[in-house]
Amino acid sequence: MQGSIFSQIFNERNSQVFLGLLIFIAVVVPILNLLVPADSIFHLSTYTVTLLGKYLCFALLAIALDLVWGYAGILSLGHGAFFALGGYAMGMYLMRQVGDRGVYGNAELPDFMVFLNWQELPWFWQGFDQFWFAMIMVALVPGLLAFVFGWLAFRSRVTGVYLSIMTQALTYALLLAFFRNEMGFGGNNGLTDFKDILGFNLQSDNTRIALFLITAIALAAAYILGKYITMSKFGRVIIAIRDAEDRARFIGYKVESYKLWLFVISAVIAGIAGALYVPQVGIINPGEFSPLNSIELVVWVAVGGRGTLYGAVVGAILVNYGKTYFTGALPEVWLFALGALFVLVTLYLPKGLMGLYEQLSQRYKNVEVKA
Amino acid sequence: MEYHSLQTIYKKLFIALFVLVLTTVSTLTLAEVNDFASASSMLSAKKFKEKENAIDAVMQSAKTKEDNARVLYLLQSLLAGDLYYKKSDKMIVVTNKLDGEYFIVDVVSSEKLGVVNKSKLKKITVNNKLRRKLRSYISQLSLENDDPNVRLAAIQNMMGASSEEHVKDIRGKLITEKNSSVKDAMQTLVALIEMDSENKDVRVSALNNLSESLEPKARNKIISLLEKDDAGNYLEEDKDILYAAIKAKRKIDERRDTYAFFEKIFFGLSLGSVLLLAAIGLAITFGVMGVINMAHGELIMIGAYTTYVVQLLMPNHIEYSLLVAVPAAFIVSGLFGIAIERGVIRFLYGRPLETLLATFGISLILQQLVRSIFSPLNRSVETPLWMSGALDINPVFAITYNRLAIIIFSLIVFALLMLILKKTSLGLKVRAVSQNRAMARAMGIRSEWVDAMTFGLGSGIAGIAGVALSQLTNVGPNLGQTYIIDSFLVVVFGGVGNLWGTLVAAMSLGVFNKFLEPVAGAVLAKILILVFIILFIQKKPRGLFPQKGRAAEN
Repeated sequence: MQGSIFSQIFNERNSQVFLGLLIFIAVVVPILNLLVPADSIFHLSTYTVTLLGKYLCFALLAIALDLVWGYAGILSLGHGAFFALGGYAMGMYLMRQVGDRGVYGNAELPDFMVFLNWQELPWFWQGFDQFWFAMIMVALVPGLLAFVFGWLAFRSRVTGVYLSIMTQALTYALLLAFFRNEMGFGGNNGLTDFKDILGFNLQSDNTRIALFLITAIALAAAYILGKYITMSKFGRVIIAIRDAEDRARFIGYKVESYKLWLFVISAVIAGIAGALYVPQVGIINPGEFSPLNSIELVVWVAVGGRGTLYGAVVGAILVNYGKTYFTGALPEVWLFALGALFVLVTLYLPKGLMGLYEQLSQRYKNVEVKA
Repeated sequence: MEYHSLQTIYKKLFIALFVLVLTTVSTLTLAEVNDFASASSMLSAKKFKEKENAIDAVMQSAKTKEDNARVLYLLQSLLAGDLYYKKSDKMIVVTNKLDGEYFIVDVVSSEKLGVVNKSKLKKITVNNKLRRKLRSYISQLSLENDDPNVRLAAIQNMMGASSEEHVKDIRGKLITEKNSSVKDAMQTLVALIEMDSENKDVRVSALNNLSESLEPKARNKIISLLEKDDAGNYLEEDKDILYAAIKAKRKIDERRDTYAFFEKIFFGLSLGSVLLLAAIGLAITFGVMGVINMAHGELIMIGAYTTYVVQLLMPNHIEYSLLVAVPAAFIVSGLFGIAIERGVIRFLYGRPLETLLATFGISLILQQLVRSIFSPLNRSVETPLWMSGALDINPVFAITYNRLAIIIFSLIVFALLMLILKKTSLGLKVRAVSQNRAMARAMGIRSEWVDAMTFGLGSGIAGIAGVALSQLTNVGPNLGQTYIIDSFLVVVFGGVGNLWGTLVAAMSLGVFNKFLEPVAGAVLAKILILVFIILFIQKKPRGLFPQKGRAAEN
């Protein structure tokens, strides 16, 4: 039965196209960056590689949201919080790796703690000098938060917009909390000035390419995992809950646990996306918790088309490309464009670009059949 | 060496003799001069001792109210360093320095003598001893003033700088004083001075009097009595006085705590009023219509910017600008609201999540619109004079007018809204449509029109909230975002569709916040409240006051 799900995934045409493109990018980008000489027009600058890596992280985050929104109908306006928590866990590891190369040269304490006159490492920073421990935390912290929040919310049947507003309040509360210097996460400035990861210099091209490749692999893995979940029996129940929650409950499914586990898995994926994002952009600060970020994320998924996973990826990459372009070329226009995108997509493209594409190809097929 | 010290002794003796002669001479002159003119002319003397006598003489020349004013003016000028005499005829003048020129006024005749070159004048200098004396005299004279505020200020000045000789004087004035707060202050002052008395009974009764006072100086005095030495023993040895002091301190602290409690309630209510204003429009659009309007905060922002524009249009009538701004903001925000409803929301009824996204898009567009028109910087909106200042209840509790105004204003808006919903035909239709759209339509209500009007009403009230917020915070493109999450939480916490719930939720969250703030700090208090609401909604998903009956089923 399990084998058949995998074969189904790989036989699906859209998945084939998506995974094929991903592999293509993963092969071509390193070659263009590392092997093609810098003066050639085919050379890809490290800046572009980092930018692409960033987009892939966002795509991973979009998949996480699409899992809960597209398949279970849970519109989370706080997924940025899980992303940021994963990012902070990674940032703490990178901070400890700096060691005595900081401005103050303190081997034990990160710069901002020396600056704040802290005498010793707080208990929640213990262990983050170990890579394996930090990686566990990357998954555990967002997962645990999602578990507690989801356990409370789903059990008391907070649904729909109420849940959305609660998730927004959650990320807002975390935003305020991480801005406080007393929290011990660098306050306003967050964590930055990272030097290396597992001994590899973060500034070198090879490390950048490696991070890019790992992100691409993680994206492919998350896609396959997501497809697997949604095509399994678990996923079928999830879809049933989305379409008729009460009916699913009356049939005898424990709606709460289904939603809860999906929510936790999604939060863990978001945390991993954050952890891959931080070493590539070199900073994590409380701004990542801002409610606006989480809502932008919803737009990516809505633009691409929810409930397809690859749609989320397409949306994330397109919108972020648009953001990079507009904020550089026409900064005044970006918010107008983003706002209009929100309105137009919800009014005219309820299934996003992928929905439009399928509609068009369907019509094309019908024309072909008639002819 | 010996010879040298002998010489100094002679020198000192000679000086002492000289001073003795001088003082006798000046006392003699003091007896002769008792009118203001001759007393003031003595101020041109070089020696400080002579000046002191002159000041005493001037002080004694004050007998009538008119004299008082003249003497007070002279003493104040002297203290401020504005008193000079002309080198030519030693006439004492008050100078007003303006752009390096000296306008002089004769102190005796109050005649204006025009501009004089500085080189023709000599300043009458004072030392610290004289300054103390001047302050004490100025306070005494101010006590005669008709304005109770001047008298009160004089008493405040005398606290900590007076000695026993004043007690009798003030006691005498206590009998005739009518203003109660001046009277209280006088009693405190007398008690404060009596605290330094040698007599034990006087001190104990003074302590009892002090325990009635909320003046910070009274409390400080008592605390200084209760100081301990390094071994932990009280410095004050007398048991009775110690006991009275401890009792007095406890009494004062109890009263201070009570007023601090009232102050927190007052601050909390004013914060709650802000929340109420921000949330109440949302209680209509979200609570009654069920529309998630994420652009609500931006409608508030538009109201605030309307206030700014109104003040730009009538720069000479800032006092009345708010009266114009309230209806203007209601109309502008209301029109924006109707446009949003007609343009976007009406296609999305029954799809709350899509509405949320679309209206969020609108909020981004409105923010950028304001940024493009008014620049991304904050704009300053002026506060009319009648809203600044405070009503002092007592030294530890004051009610600021702007906070009071916002509490009253929010309650008026709330009452008006209730009236509209309960007593007008629009309100009836709004309730009908929100309860059963199909049935309402069957009864001939144009539900589309009602939708637009309801949304316009909610948006207009958001605009009014913007006028109020423009008086409290900076007006900038991000103004709306600050309030949107709070507003939603207030509405959800109070129970969707229940305006009274919104009122109770806003006020209780405001007060709760102000009680948490001193314990946890402002940011942590806010976080705790967010967490509290998140947990509360898990327990009671329908809020404090859930709707009952059929309407609750959807």
